[in-house]
Parts: sequence; structure tokens; C-alpha cells
Amino acid sequence: MISFIVKRLLQSALVMLSVAFIAFALFRFVGDPVANMVGQDTSTEERIQIRKALGLDDPVYIQFLNFTKNAVQGEFGNSFTLRVPVSGLMAQRFPATLELSLISAILALALGVPMGVYTAIHRKTLLSKAFMTISLMGVSLPTFLIGILLILIFGVVLRWLPTFGRGDVVDLGWWSTGLLTASGLKAIILPAITLGIFQMTLIMRLVRAEMMEVLRTDFIKFGRARGLSDRSLQFRHALKNTLIPVITITGLQVGSIIAFAIITESVFQWPGMGLLFIQAIGNADIPIMAAYLVLIAFIFVVINLVVDILYFVVDPRLRSSSESGSE
Amino acid sequence: MSQLLIDNITVEFPGRKGDFIAVESVTLDLQAGEILGVVGESGAGKSTVGNAVIGLLQKPGRMIQGEILLDGNRIDDLDENLMRALRGKRIGMIFQDPLTSLNPLETVVEQLIETIDLHLKVGAKAARKRAIDLLGQVGIDNAEVRCDQYPHQFSGGMRQRVVIALALCAEPDVIIADEPTTALDVSVQAQILDLMRGICRDRNVGMILITHDMGVIAEVTDRVAVMYHGRLVELGKTAQVLGQPKHEYTKSLISAVPRSDRRIDRFPLVTYIEDVGDMPDIDLDAHWLGQAKAYEKNDGPLLKLTDLSMRFITRHSIFPSKRQFLTAVDEVSFDIEHGEVFGIVGESGSGKSTIARMITGIYQPTGGKIEFAGTDLTALKTAKEINPWRRQMQMVFQDPFSSLNARMRVADIVAEPINFHKQAASKEECREIVNDLLEIVGLGKVAARKFPHEFSGGQRQRISIARALATRPRFLVCDEPTSALDVSIQAQVLNLLKDLQEELGLTMMFISHDLPVIRQMCDRVMVMKDGKLCEIAATEDLFNNPQHEYSRHLLDLIPKFGAS
Repeated sequence: MISFIVKRLLQSALVMLSVAFIAFALFRFVGDPVANMVGQDTSTEERIQIRKALGLDDPVYIQFLNFTKNAVQGEFGNSFTLRVPVSGLMAQRFPATLELSLISAILALALGVPMGVYTAIHRKTLLSKAFMTISLMGVSLPTFLIGILLILIFGVVLRWLPTFGRGDVVDLGWWSTGLLTASGLKAIILPAITLGIFQMTLIMRLVRAEMMEVLRTDFIKFGRARGLSDRSLQFRHALKNTLIPVITITGLQVGSIIAFAIITESVFQWPGMGLLFIQAIGNADIPIMAAYLVLIAFIFVVINLVVDILYFVVDPRLRSSSESGSE
Repeated sequence: MSQLLIDNITVEFPGRKGDFIAVESVTLDLQAGEILGVVGESGAGKSTVGNAVIGLLQKPGRMIQGEILLDGNRIDDLDENLMRALRGKRIGMIFQDPLTSLNPLETVVEQLIETIDLHLKVGAKAARKRAIDLLGQVGIDNAEVRCDQYPHQFSGGMRQRVVIALALCAEPDVIIADEPTTALDVSVQAQILDLMRGICRDRNVGMILITHDMGVIAEVTDRVAVMYHGRLVELGKTAQVLGQPKHEYTKSLISAVPRSDRRIDRFPLVTYIEDVGDMPDIDLDAHWLGQAKAYEKNDGPLLKLTDLSMRFITRHSIFPSKRQFLTAVDEVSFDIEHGEVFGIVGESGSGKSTIARMITGIYQPTGGKIEFAGTDLTALKTAKEINPWRRQMQMVFQDPFSSLNARMRVADIVAEPINFHKQAASKEECREIVNDLLEIVGLGKVAARKFPHEFSGGQRQRISIARALATRPRFLVCDEPTSALDVSIQAQVLNLLKDLQEELGLTMMFISHDLPVIRQMCDRVMVMKDGKLCEIAATEDLFNNPQHEYSRHLLDLIPKFGAS
């Protein structure tokens, strides 16, 4: 298992290096970084000076080396438009995005798994059919439309919940959280639902399909013939056996929730990284884009590693494949 | 009073095309300590009887008539909760496939503890002790350590022992065993049957043993019930039913079981079921197919294997010294002569299928030479060089369900190799050839437009044979071609293979774990064990005078049946 993790870490490093190269290429070759940094009235001499100071005269591989060295330390230079270090901007925005993503992922799991189990066991009840219909809508409606509809109903018509922003934030020094204040909690409800509803329906349908598959297997039949209760069969024996695909998909989905929170963040004016990224694209603010790219890639890599390790925890067959099987 | 009485039950499965009666007016009784065999071919309704007893009829099936009494108390009308309390506690069940009967994510002891604690309410600690005792009783050595392992760490036979331990958790009075040894090797089967007989004797448990295998019936049952199309056609003492069958179907079924004691020219068919048409009138010599005979004959054997080996890596490592290998085939050498039927026999894991796969090029051998018609196939590198040789050898696989593409029509399945090897000049010719092939294997050209799922197992195996013949091969590899089939169907398919082999002058390699079948089919036999060659002998010599110890062991294990 350890050799497996080491192998995985090496692969991850390779992935990160390639992403870093793309980010670097973006930074270095899309437009002229110096022209982006200075005003129009800067003289040619001064431009050359800056170019030298920034190391842009060095050979490309040395530049890439420097870029990577800085990136490892979280340093991506200054934002072109805001003129402050990108790392600071990211650190400021990251908690908002992560909180939103985690809440919606938890929401999706906490609702999606039980709904999937329920619809798999009671296939013909009215409630199951209702769940299936809702899930069809969840899959087919675009995120922004759901967001706007929620804003219209709960924000504008009922006036129950705020429609934009993060509410009051408590600063913990290294982290700013909205989860400790009433207004912050209220503010996160609508965006979390909007972001989580697609994942929830996906998880629900996946769990349902897997459950129906597992409930047909021999060991469930044999369990039934031993007199085990339905509850034990369904939850202890069947549900656990559906977990591998669910973990895989959930892991990927958590990654994409974080990466694609952009739409939800723009609809709700949520001050997260997605919003920062959208603004950066509008302003051609390449350091922010590069940093965002690297950060998202990093999150994906970490999640995939966690998913791989979870496989080992769940499935004993994988655990012992590295040992010699005793017969 | 009998322990279990199945009184005149009828089970029907309502369907859109009308109700299907799976079991009709069946009456059986089971005494304590007795093993009652229920035998019949697939679709005879024997498993349905077992499921009805334990109240697990597949929906929407239901009992529409009759009663089931356990110790004189009616149990078929109990509600679900009372029935569940009976399952496992009073009636145990053992299923066919030990590989899928256990939850792969829980240790063996966890599964045992759950069942023991459920029925006996003794607490986790006492349950664990009992679980270990039980495992010891069903013959698992070192049970204290092994019980904490997961099912995948046990071999098939060991898992079936665990399954039996699970069925015994709460000391049931009646056990229903549904094909408990069908998925096991013959030596493991003997052990498991022994174990089950011991359990019935020592604990005074009554057992209903459902099987299609006449040998198993002869070996362990006290009485036997023969079922055919949902009806009970004969019931009596095992020796009497097998020795002097009264019903026509029973007679027919018994005569169709391949005999291990002597060789006969053709397999007797189960004529009671249906009359199987003769081979169609196609003059194979003049036909496109007959041109297979026109291959140039080389001197010496058609196939010559020299020191053939195959190793699979079981543990990867960057350091060559740390890698671990499984040697599936260990320096095996043999020849197959022109026109010969060469048998390979051995238990699972003996490497017999691996040899077939190396010859046909599915696996690359790790060592040794394969010479086919004088050409060393292992020296050929590009597909262009190999394909002409591949065309001359074809394979028929074991599982007729997974070896045909479910989304292709039969005509396309059979035509694919013809087109790939460019054997037909035009589309019309190809279609004609396909139709003829389907006629030859006894399906008729109407089969061409259908999909595989419309056919039964035996018919699918005929499709596989037609596909294998479609390249006009001269060497046919049959890897357990009938082990998934019923006796009657097996007899038909084996006869077909025999006929084709003679008419087309095919050379055949026939792999099986079933010694009686080998005896009927093959000219020479090779016995394999753990990847090594034990013995090659002419078939009659092997059966009459086995030289190798392992061959003798295998022959001893054949369930004795029909020797009377």
C-alpha cells in the first residue's frame, strides 16, 4: 500500500508540473507581461529595466524554474489590475469558496444517499416517483436558472433569505468564516442548494442504480435465506457494497463543485475565487488566472489521492492484493 | 411424521404472455437425517421448489395451491416476520456459487456472528466462539486465525465450507442445498459432499439436495425425486430409481449421462424431450467448408509444443528480485497428430485453459515453442504473418452466454470471421455460407436474423461452433464446451462436435474437467496438475490403467454412477 501511495504521489507531482507549465506559458506568452504591468507613458528604457528586474531576459527554462519555485511557495506575482500579491487575494477568497463547496457537498451527500437507497428499495411508491421526477429536473435544469428561481422565490417574493454576498464574517486570523454568524448562515443556504442540487441528483441516481444491482446479488439472497432483517441487508450489506463507485463520483464531484462554483458565485455575488476568476478574465489579469489554474489542479490531485486511499479503507480485496493471497 | 412435507404445491409466475406454471402439483416429504435428491434439467422447477419452501419465491411468483408443513405445522401461510424468524433458524439454505454467496467487504467471522446473534441472542463474544467452533466443524483448519479473513482470501471449496457453516449457525432442522457443488472441482466436490453427508447423519438434519448431476445424486442421496417440466415424474430410493427407472424420462435422462466405464460411439440422446433433427443434407466434401481438408499436410504432427511455459506476475515491483510469479504452465511438451481429438483434463488452476490461449495467440507464452504445421508461431511477429495461421485454428468457449456479443445478430456474429479473414468473394457468398453453417450446426437459417438472447444455452453453443467453423479451420480448440449445459443438451452438442470432426477431418483439442466426457470424445488424453504435465496416454489406457498417481486419484473421484 505504501508503494502504491508513493507511486500516486509521483504521478501527482507530474500532473502538477504539467499544469504549472501551462500556467507559466499563459503568464509568459499570452501578451507581454511588462506591457500589462506598466502604464502607457513608461519609456522604453524603463521597460527594459523592469524586464531585467523581473528576469524576463533569462532563458525560458530558467524562467520556468523560477516560476515553479515561486508557485511552490504560493507566490504568483502581483495582480495586473489590483496591484496586490495574488497569493493574498487567493487566501482572502479561498475560505468563501471552500465553505460554500463543502456545505453543498455535504448537502448533496446527506440527501442524495438516503434518497437513492429509498428509491432503490421502494421503487413503486409515490415518494420514489416524486424523487425521481425532482432528480430529473435537477439534472436537466442549468445551475444559473435554479439560482435565479431560488432568488426569485425566497429572496424577492418571500423575502426570507438574502440573495447576495456572504453576510457577516468572523475572522479567525488564518481563516474567515461565515458559518458562525446568523446572517452568514442565512446567506449560504441558497447558493449551497443551487450548487448542490445537481450533485445530489447525480449521487441519488448512482446510489439507486448501484443498490438495485447489489440487491440482486447472491450474497443478499443468501442473507435473506439466513433470516437477516431487511434493514441489515439493505444498510449493512448492500449499501457498503455500493460505496466504491459512489466514492469515485463524489470525489470527482467535490473537485468540480470547487472548480465550477463560478456560475453560482456570479449569480449570488458570492465573494469567492470563482468570482475573482471571472473578473480576472474580464480584465485579462493573467497572474490570477495562472494561480487559479494551479490551485484547482492541486485540489483535484489531492481529492483523487484521498479517493484512492478510501478505496483501500472500504475494500479489503484491494488491501490484500499486495500481500500474497493465502489459500 | 415427516420433518418437512411439501403437499401438492403449484407455483405460478404471472406474466404478460399468460401465467407460467413453474411447479405443478408436486408432493415431497423429507425425514430427519435423510438426504432427498431433486434432479432435473434447467427449467424443471427444482430450484423453485426449494425457494417455495423457504418462502423466497422470486416475485411475482406465488404458490397457488398446496401446503408446506414443517414438523406438522403449516409454514407457507406465515407472515413475512414469522417466516423470517424460521429462515436460518429452522430451515437453512446453501446456494450454488460460493464465490458470490458471501459479502466481500466483511470478514467471515463478522458474517457468522451476525447470523448467530440474530437467531440465538447470545451476545457477540459467545457468538464469536461459536463461529470459530462451527468453522472448525466444517473443516477449516486454524479457524481462530482464518475467521478474521475476508472471503476473497479463501478458495472456492473453503468458501463453500463457510457457506455451510453459515447455514448451520442456528442448528436448523432442514437444509436446502441448491446445486452446492456445481461450481467446484471434482476433488473439492467429493470433500463437500462428504461433509454434507456427515452433517445430516450427525445432527439428524434433513436435506433437500437440488442438482442436475446424476453422479452427485448417486453418491449421497437416500431417495431421489426426478422432475421434468415442473412435474414430479418419479420418486423413490436412489438405487432403485437409478437402477430400474420406471418413467420414460428418467430412463432417457440416465442413458444420456456420459459413461465413465466404457466408450460408446455416440451419446444417447434424451429422446423423451424432443427429437433432434439429423444433420442436414449438405455434401460437405464438395462444399466451401469441405475445403478445409485441402490443407497441405506437413510431415510430423500438426501441432508440436516444446517446453511451453507461462508465468503471470502476481506482485509487481521495480526490483526484478522482488517480483512474484505464478507459473500457470510449466515447460509442457506434447504433439497433436493430424485428425486427432486430443483431450486435456485437470482441475481448475491446472493451466489447461492457459495452454489453449497460448496456442490460439490470446496469451504470449513466456517460454517454449509452438509449432503449427511445421511453422514456429512464436517466431512470427506481425499480425500479417500470424493471421493466416490464426485462421486455421478456432476456439469454442465455455460460457455460451458471455462469448457471444449480445448486440449483434447471429448472421453478423458468424460472418465476422469470414469477413475479417476475407474468405468470401462477395456479400452474397458470405450470406450463403452463414446460412449453410447455421444449417450444419442444426439451427436453420431462420436463426440468422435473431439475436443471441433468443436462444438457449445449447443453441448458443451451436452458434459458437458455427462461428468457429466460419474460417474453415483445421484445428478446433474446445474449452469446456459443454460444462454449462444440461445433460441432454450436452449429448446433442458433443454429438455435433463428433460429427463435424469426422466429416471435416478436423483436428481437435478438447479441454474438460469431466472425465466421462473426455472418455467419450478423445483419442488421447493429457492429465495436468498445477501447470505440470502428469501423463499422456491413449484414452482407453488412461481409464483402464492409469500410470500417474494423480490420474488414479482423479479417476477415483468420479462419482460412481451407472456402474451397476
